[in-house]
Amino acid sequence: MTTKQQKVVELENVVVRFAGDSGDGMQLTGALFSDAAAIAGNDFATFPDYPSEIRAPQGTVSGVSGFQIHFGHKEIFTSGDLADVLVAMNPAPLKKNLIWVKEGGTIIVDTDTFTDKSLIKAGYEINPLDDKSLNDYNVIKAPISSLTKTSVEDMGLDNKIVMKSRNMFALGIMFFIFNRKLETADEYFEQKFAKNPLVVESNKKILRAGFNFAETIEALNSITYKVEPAALEKGKYRNITGNTATAWGLLAAAEKSGRKLFLGSYPITPATEILQELSKQKSLDAKVLQAEDEIAGIVSSIGASFAGAFAVTSTSGPGLSLKSEAIGLAVMTELPIVIVDVQRAGPSTGLPTKSEQSDLMQALYGRNGEAPAVVIAASSSSNCFYYAFEAAKIALEHMTPVILLTDGYLANGSEVFKIPKMASMPSINPPLAEANDPDYFPYKRDPEKLNRSWAVPGTPGLRHRIGGLEKENIYGNVSHDPENHQLMCELRAEKVNRVADYIKPLEVRGDDSGDLLIASWGGTYGVMIEAYKEMQEQGKKVSLAHFHNIHPLPRNTEEVFSRFKKIIVPELNLGQFVQHLRMNFQEFRFEQYNKIQGLPFMVKELVNKFNQILEEE
Amino acid sequence: MATDTTNTIEIAKLTREDFVSDQMVKWCPGCGDHAILSSFLKVLPELGVKKEDVVVVSGIGCSSRFPYYVKSYGFHGIHGRAAPLATGIKITNPKLNVWMITGDGDSLAIGGNHFIHVLRRNIDINIMLFNNRIYGLTKGQYSPTTPTGKITKTSPQGTFEHPFSVGELAIGAQGTFFARAVDTNPKMMQAVMTEAGKHKGTSLIEILQNCVIFYNKVHNDITSRETKEDNQLHLKHGEPMIFGKEMNKGIVFRGTKLEVVKIGENGITEKDILVHDEKQWETGIHVLLANMSPPEFPAALGVIRSVSDFTYETKMEEVIEAEKKTSPIKTMDDLLNSGKTWDI
Repeated sequence: MTTKQQKVVELENVVVRFAGDSGDGMQLTGALFSDAAAIAGNDFATFPDYPSEIRAPQGTVSGVSGFQIHFGHKEIFTSGDLADVLVAMNPAPLKKNLIWVKEGGTIIVDTDTFTDKSLIKAGYEINPLDDKSLNDYNVIKAPISSLTKTSVEDMGLDNKIVMKSRNMFALGIMFFIFNRKLETADEYFEQKFAKNPLVVESNKKILRAGFNFAETIEALNSITYKVEPAALEKGKYRNITGNTATAWGLLAAAEKSGRKLFLGSYPITPATEILQELSKQKSLDAKVLQAEDEIAGIVSSIGASFAGAFAVTSTSGPGLSLKSEAIGLAVMTELPIVIVDVQRAGPSTGLPTKSEQSDLMQALYGRNGEAPAVVIAASSSSNCFYYAFEAAKIALEHMTPVILLTDGYLANGSEVFKIPKMASMPSINPPLAEANDPDYFPYKRDPEKLNRSWAVPGTPGLRHRIGGLEKENIYGNVSHDPENHQLMCELRAEKVNRVADYIKPLEVRGDDSGDLLIASWGGTYGVMIEAYKEMQEQGKKVSLAHFHNIHPLPRNTEEVFSRFKKIIVPELNLGQFVQHLRMNFQEFRFEQYNKIQGLPFMVKELVNKFNQILEEE
Repeated sequence: MATDTTNTIEIAKLTREDFVSDQMVKWCPGCGDHAILSSFLKVLPELGVKKEDVVVVSGIGCSSRFPYYVKSYGFHGIHGRAAPLATGIKITNPKLNVWMITGDGDSLAIGGNHFIHVLRRNIDINIMLFNNRIYGLTKGQYSPTTPTGKITKTSPQGTFEHPFSVGELAIGAQGTFFARAVDTNPKMMQAVMTEAGKHKGTSLIEILQNCVIFYNKVHNDITSRETKEDNQLHLKHGEPMIFGKEMNKGIVFRGTKLEVVKIGENGITEKDILVHDEKQWETGIHVLLANMSPPEFPAALGVIRSVSDFTYETKMEEVIEAEKKTSPIKTMDDLLNSGKTWDI
């Protein structure tokens, strides 16, 4: 055994991107690398980037699947802008991802795959490993395919099976560079392939072959990196995606409210995992109907709500459009329901796997008539849990539909999540009507919240009829009376407005007053914090107010705005939240910054924009 | 919540009055809906269900005003969506006795998708589809059951669409129960409503209903005093399919088709006549019966198909119970702490 001079360099945070064909197992490689980061105590956030085709043509740029992880010793808020390290399993992923690599970053390629044929498929005229195009990067040329084969050739395995484990060779290289423990991946192999010890063995071997290869070639001039554990609060942690967190937040609300969860939903990217996750949790009494369409999804939920369930429907933008009329029915019947909209790039089918914040106006106004609904937005993969819970609490206690906006980034991204204790979650107390209450009337309201009470079929003495026709105040009979209609419209609006008395005030990160306030909302939270921090470091008087409650807005919003000289509203659309603010607060001038490319903001572009606004007179 | 111990005693006391609502019935005078409502109110107290367990759900259309006229839990939904509404209600609380009131437009046009899927899932609800072959509430446009050639406000030259046969569609969608009644025969309506109420699974009753304003006498060939005996076949399980003024006509199966024959002619005896088997799993003969119409055939009335299969909501309850027994996840805390976790 030779001992080599190893220099270990400590890093604050690192962004790694794995990229390959959509069949190359990049998501798994990323997940195993994330597990290792978790075990090492790092904070991290991940994001998968896959094509909308399940298996697009191999070797082409459109078939590239990626997985990015940002991990660090400091608190991590996003999956990162540009990668420090790119692992490219063949030429196409290199072609597609080079623009996402930091200047001077490290690129690991499988040289075996850079054949004339695959170079042409990827759209390269000249082999990028031979020309000077990669001179600014630290390229590790690894014959991954052939070494994978050699490392297990004595095992007599089928070549196809062996080639499926190329990704583990690449993972091995990464484990060496970042000083990760091989055992974390071993555990996975042992569980996953329990029935096939030979495959367990071959994966372990290939992983180690990659690890040893990196050591032997002195991959980065004998430098390896270490990212110290993050200063996270003491407690038990797990990794969670936004969609799982949303599903679990809803389940938590069901348990807290004592109402069984009902989900009526239709599969749609990128919301489907909520439907899948809840389908798994039948032992927690979750009743899940995979409906025949989006409309049946929400309408079955409204039926379930009428019958006393905590009812939910989950969808993405096109599905929200289809549900519009039914949301109006929930507004009219004043039944609790949570509508989860995992936003994606639109209009129409748009870019199904890309993220956007462009359903805001649809959530606020996309219905016929005066049809107010509560709109709230989650801002990180892990806090989807808490905002799903809050959406449920508001719906169930105020008897109103609540639209919860998340987005493709939050939904598919994952984060470190501190596991809460259910005992410490707030209580949820739905206003159930009591059996045989002689004073029960379907549209009699709580004087404070203005909600009606919930009289569930099967309860003696409370039989009543509701529906989409306008209802007579208090008594709930069909009414075409003009004055009554105005009163009811006002009552429904005021009921939703009063939710503002039950939500958290708007928080300001940074100084209470200053030159510029960043007023952002929803899924851009992480990148806004990083941009805000960068501005702070530059000594600028910039603060951040990130909105989760979109309608109603927090009561202190106006007061917060009044303390800043300028306000900028950055969002991933053409300016929907800024219009909402302009309508509500006409006394302020709002600058806007919009990006609509199916891509998240980058810290750099935000900082540039903020500085530009500060410099303008 | 009240316990169920007094169940049977309480139910025994129920009468029509327990279900009569205080709302003014606003259908046109002479509309077939009045007779349907009146039959329904007679049947409800006899179903052996607690009054607070009855839920009446509807979509949009004349028929869909029905829930307001029944004193029960009621939900007047939106156009075409009564089926998913009823589905959500029944899945949430399988103890409820759910009736869905709909029409040919509501369930076969705008709600067509939900209609076939509720039947396919075999959710234990009862559907009464009022078929008047026209759009009434919007004042006289053709519907998916309007006969080809019929002149309506949206088919001034006559329709050139092929109408649905309700029974054929329902049976094709794997419906387990299909019955047909006419709004002019309360006794028959009550009989099929009772059978529908008993059936476990989605029960569909097509009620041939008259729209006195926009398609008056639409079913006249079947319901008029002069022709009804020759144009109605009252099906009874286990009995031969005999009909006619003289009760001397019958249905036989010849080659690949049904045929009307006269008993006593060409050597035909009662033994040659088809015997109705509503419980037969194979759908062929049920579809043929559902598709019979005058003048060639009588319209088949009564229970055409009633087969037994598992229902969606009972299966779901079973699956949930099984999961509760075997899953290590009993509470939300269990779920949150399941899988890969680590301490810091």
